[in-house]
Amino acid sequence: MKAFLILEDGHIFTGTAIGAEREVISEIVFNTSMTGYLEVLTDPSYAGQSVTMTYPLIGNYGVNFSDMESKRPWAMGFIVRELSRTASNFRCEGNIQDFLKRHDIPGIAGVDTRALTKLLRERGTMNGMITANEDYDLEEILPKLNAYRVGNVVDLTTCTEPSVLKGKGKRVALLDLGAKMNIAKSLNARGCEVTVFPAHTPAEELMAAKPDGIMLSNGPGDPKECGDIIKEVRKLYDSDVPIFAICLGHQLMALATGADTHKLKYGHRGGNHPVKDLETGRVYITSQNHGYVVDMGSLDETVAAPAFVNVNDGTNEGLSYVGKNIFTVQFHPEASPGPQDCAYLFDRFITMMGGE
Amino acid sequence: MPKNKEIKKVLVIGSGPIVIGQAAEFDYAGTQACRSLKEEGVEVCLVNSNPATIMTDKDIADQVYIEPLTAKTLEQIILKEKPDSVLPTLGGQAGLNLGMELAESGFLDAHGVRLIGTTPRTIKKAEDRQEFKDTMAKIGEPVAASLVVESVEDGIKFTNTIGYPVVLRPAYTLGGSGGGIAHDETELISILSNGLRLSRVGQVLVERCIAGWKEIEYEVMRDAAGGCITVCNMENIDPVGVHTGDSIVVAPSQTLGDKEYQMLRSSALNIITELGITGGCNVQYALKPDSFEYCVIEVNPRVSRSSALASKATGYPIAKVAAKIALGYTLDEIKNAITGKTYASFEPMLDYCVVKIPRLPFDKFITAKHTLTTQMKATGEVMSICNNFEGALMKAIRSLEQHVDCLRSYDFSDLSEQELIERMHIVDDRRIYVIAEAIRKGINYRTIHDATQIDEWFIDKIAILTEMEERLETEELTEELLKEAKRVEFPDCVIARLSGRSEEEVRGLREHFGIRAAFQMVDTCAAEFAAQTPYFYSVFGSADEAAEFDVCRYMADGGECSGGQAGCPDVVGHDGSPARRKKVLVLGSGPIRIGQGIEFDYCSVHATWAFARAGYETIIVNNNPETVSTDFDIADKLYFEPLTPEDVENIVKIEKPDGAVVQFGGQTAIKLTESLQKMGVPIFGTAPEDVDAAEDRELFDQILQETEIPRAAGGTVFTAREAKEVAKKLGYPVLVRPSYVLGGQGMQIAYSDEEIEEFMEIINRIEQDHPILVDKYLMGKELEVDAVCDGTDILIPGIMEHIERTGVHSGDSISVYPAPTVSESVRETIAEYSRRLAKALHVKGLINIQFIAVGDAVYVIEVNPRSSRTVPYISKVTGIPIVDLATEVILGKKIRDLGYTPGLQPAADYFAVKMPVFSFEKIRGAEISLGPEMKSTGECLGIAKSFDEALYKAFLGAGVVLPKHKQMIITVKKADQPEAAQVAKRFEALGYTIYATRHTAEYLRAQGIKARRVNKLHQESPTVMDLLLGHKIDLVINTPTQGRDKSRDGFLIRRTAIETGVNVITALDTANALAGSLEAGGRELTVVDIAAVQQMER
Repeated sequence: MKAFLILEDGHIFTGTAIGAEREVISEIVFNTSMTGYLEVLTDPSYAGQSVTMTYPLIGNYGVNFSDMESKRPWAMGFIVRELSRTASNFRCEGNIQDFLKRHDIPGIAGVDTRALTKLLRERGTMNGMITANEDYDLEEILPKLNAYRVGNVVDLTTCTEPSVLKGKGKRVALLDLGAKMNIAKSLNARGCEVTVFPAHTPAEELMAAKPDGIMLSNGPGDPKECGDIIKEVRKLYDSDVPIFAICLGHQLMALATGADTHKLKYGHRGGNHPVKDLETGRVYITSQNHGYVVDMGSLDETVAAPAFVNVNDGTNEGLSYVGKNIFTVQFHPEASPGPQDCAYLFDRFITMMGGE
Repeated sequence: MPKNKEIKKVLVIGSGPIVIGQAAEFDYAGTQACRSLKEEGVEVCLVNSNPATIMTDKDIADQVYIEPLTAKTLEQIILKEKPDSVLPTLGGQAGLNLGMELAESGFLDAHGVRLIGTTPRTIKKAEDRQEFKDTMAKIGEPVAASLVVESVEDGIKFTNTIGYPVVLRPAYTLGGSGGGIAHDETELISILSNGLRLSRVGQVLVERCIAGWKEIEYEVMRDAAGGCITVCNMENIDPVGVHTGDSIVVAPSQTLGDKEYQMLRSSALNIITELGITGGCNVQYALKPDSFEYCVIEVNPRVSRSSALASKATGYPIAKVAAKIALGYTLDEIKNAITGKTYASFEPMLDYCVVKIPRLPFDKFITAKHTLTTQMKATGEVMSICNNFEGALMKAIRSLEQHVDCLRSYDFSDLSEQELIERMHIVDDRRIYVIAEAIRKGINYRTIHDATQIDEWFIDKIAILTEMEERLETEELTEELLKEAKRVEFPDCVIARLSGRSEEEVRGLREHFGIRAAFQMVDTCAAEFAAQTPYFYSVFGSADEAAEFDVCRYMADGGECSGGQAGCPDVVGHDGSPARRKKVLVLGSGPIRIGQGIEFDYCSVHATWAFARAGYETIIVNNNPETVSTDFDIADKLYFEPLTPEDVENIVKIEKPDGAVVQFGGQTAIKLTESLQKMGVPIFGTAPEDVDAAEDRELFDQILQETEIPRAAGGTVFTAREAKEVAKKLGYPVLVRPSYVLGGQGMQIAYSDEEIEEFMEIINRIEQDHPILVDKYLMGKELEVDAVCDGTDILIPGIMEHIERTGVHSGDSISVYPAPTVSESVRETIAEYSRRLAKALHVKGLINIQFIAVGDAVYVIEVNPRSSRTVPYISKVTGIPIVDLATEVILGKKIRDLGYTPGLQPAADYFAVKMPVFSFEKIRGAEISLGPEMKSTGECLGIAKSFDEALYKAFLGAGVVLPKHKQMIITVKKADQPEAAQVAKRFEALGYTIYATRHTAEYLRAQGIKARRVNKLHQESPTVMDLLLGHKIDLVINTPTQGRDKSRDGFLIRRTAIETGVNVITALDTANALAGSLEAGGRELTVVDIAAVQQMER
């Protein structure tokens, strides 16, 4: 069946419908990772967005449920050049086509994804609609596309009840802002007992658990939509508990301590972004997925100092808080998908908590 | 970390002659590195024995030594040039071994010279089998259970503990020389004893066999600060068991999930960090298909064939970055030339798929085993880029130039299901076609996978192609079907064949439906950033970027555009003048194969540069990832495409070139002439009709008559009957060969009617469009010239003389400049004949002519009005840049205007000897005796004041390091006995003990030579074979019996000698030359900076 991707600027891409047959309006972003499409689809940070894979051959190794980064896919739509008709891998438990259908996610294949990526690169992230309706009416659709906002998606993706991953080591309270599973897993693999809390848990409740450290997770959407959470994060800042934050968590901590954030033209999404550790001068290749970034100019040097910087565009990639046992990064040390080069940061966090 | 200011002068070691396993990729790497070093203001001193390379040009390095790659020579160069550093990691295994030798002997330390790029400690850790294993164990990286052994007994003992089969890998050899898989003790003994001898350090690794696992490679870069990245990973479609150089390879990996991909990526970074490599490195893995278990197969701490492939596949210039790292830079300080925005510390992301297919030499070695093993056999490779795998595979297949254009090109349809399954167990160059037939016959994926161990994902992709074949045969050719067929890159000719239409009809339909090729940019970043790389590949069904690129570039230059397409004249420059420079299309020479090697890439690149200097916009089309020409900064634009008429036409349609130049790209380019003319593209230089006249027997005879130039009598035939008639008229022996071939393919000397029948049958196995030539065989001195003609005048840099008499292909002969033994009269005649021929053929550009001199009489053998394999050699040794001059002439300049006096140039006051180099030990079962069909893979040069010294150096460069044991075997055919006796006398005088088989021994003794008789193979022990296997023999001189050798004895002796590393000579002229060089040997050699010598002469 034919399908269409209609962008808010009137560009239309034609392809074949994959997955669910319903219509969807969302923000359209692209990811340059060559592997890890299932991790991408199930990353809660994509809530409110449809993701385009720039790598043209998707689905080659099928779907393996243990690779999922959350219980369900969060991307609202999936845009690919070619979906493999065969899925081949020893762990394969199904194919992407069925997976999308089962989770009611619409998608489109056969798209000139390179042309689409260039458009998004030149004009910035746009809203768009995936539809299988051949009789679409642009005049009716375009205003809808323009009106679409991602909105507060943290509430959508966070857990509703606390849960615990047992461990014998340091006790970590993880604030789930739309967390990828591998953050908790990475800590747990290092012996930590991880308690996952819903995003709106008051700071007091979190502190009452007497954690050795607090982990602020990644998550979707515009950080400034999270006003209430920012207030709680400020309280966490004021405590003496060691804190490590990733992505949205990093942005919220910055907003909580007086810095500003802004939206990037088309974001950083992929597994190849070079980031320089300003302390050692070493460059690491990182996994990234963010549309917003902390304003370097807005930083108060007495509060936070840049710890990492993006080698490509010089944007902030991490902060070290002055006089505090807090450091935060914009990229994803938990990888999944992408390079695991920065997994050492979890070790650093354990050291911060007084662990080995 | 900024540049190390202490590095001011660097000696770069090249990789030497092209052999299987070490080919053009090192010219690419070396050239790129030298340019990168010079860019940083570092003085570059280069040593490489291979004169066919671009890196040995004086505009690439400041000092150029085309000298044998031995430690001794390098020491002399270091003493003379006093570099502060040596860079050994760009010259392949040869360069690395030499660097190590210099470091280990203490020479470098003693002279305050450092090894940059990678330390000796690191090289040792990566290359020494035991150290490598220990290092891997230390960091927890798994390797297959293995043991380094130094004796056959230990090998057997260890294998008994881990079980058969085992893989054997000799330490410090290239291309897996001497390695293999042993399934039982007999095989183990045979391979192991050979491997122990071939290894530089007498070590062989005996290893658990992991054949059938997925073979995955990572290309990794690391700087001295510890920053590291992976440039790309690659998946071998053929699982472990086939050398990666012989495998079909795809980049990036296709069947690995992120968990597997990252697991191996992290491992590769872990390894490069532990080894402390600074620069590029290649890590090969075996990944168990049904678990996360993996083994590190090997690590190459240097740039390699795979890194050349990775560079071309991603656009990331590994060698260039490696050179900068060697100077002390860190990755984040090196700009990515492609985006101009990002840095070298960025991992390329592909939004396309790359397929590499090896070019195997079985068309040259018809007796050779086609089986692919851990020992590499390919001479070259092709690469293709497409946004789907099927398309990339189809494009790569037709790039091979082996009369293949789809998966039906080899017909296995008469095999039964059972036969197909059996056939699929054989790993050879045709297996993919067998798999396609198995799919057509309905054999299920599981069965195919079980037979081949190839991942089902790839099998399914092949199935998509066979399904398309079937659809084209059975369905109506609708727009939708045609679109889909083109998306997976079915060429029009195949669509036509399958759908029962003509190619023109298919093309017409495509036009009608608007199905056109579009070009996409290789930008390293999957379009995330705007890039300015002029590096393109074609796809169907996407937006074109090549046209857009032109417009953007002109706009960036301040030009204005009135909605123009690429190349359209309404794009104007900022000063109002037409911004559009004239465009020239330079057609490359495709994959490296015997007969068409790196020399033609040298010519293509130089022509490109010369056109650029003349103000042209240059466009290169080629498909060989190993070469300099496919580096994206050589021409203004690079199209990485198959060199078929349809593919070239797609480019022509977009670029609308003002002309194309075909005379520099070997047969590959010449073959496209007619098609280019049909597309309306003018051919620059010699007119195609004149090229034809030189090839067409009758036209050429007419020219010879007019110019009064004699040639050997002969005739043209189509059938064996006709051939025998001509031969009868001429009298045997006669030379039989197809026309329009390169490297003398299919050429034979026939001594009888039977042989004519045999040869004609072989030639006619491939459908011949042109008649077959039968000529009287003349025995004389072969001479050769490469010249430039401007239509009126001719410039002949020099005359080359072949050591071997007629009958040995010119590419396999030792060639000497200036011709040492010809008379003044012959020289004059050659100059005069050359002038007449060039004029009669209206040559504008290059011409190559081969002559025979019998006494003072000169005959012409053949004329090729185009570049030849000797062009780089003669350019370098005479200092006359004939490709540049030819290009100027093509553009209308006259030789006289270019500062040259026409005619034969004065001879240099030194001798330069070009020595062919063979790779026989790599091709099991190949016939090694020299004849009219070319067999050498590369060449090296010896240059010196005296002929003998030059010859000695040339032999040395070719790896003939004698004497060792001073024992030799002579066994020749009866006719050769008198000459052999003369040769034997010389070797006896050199102190050699001579063994000979009965007849030869009797004859030699009668001549007063103390020859010791040795038994033939079927006689009782000790036989010739025992002697050879005793490893105490320096040399075998064996001339094959008449015609095609069918005597198993001779063949076996030659093969055994080659496989046990003994030098074999099959022509007495070569033997005499070797004797001469040994007589002159032993004395101190002088190294010559060829760049300086010519500066003085000018």
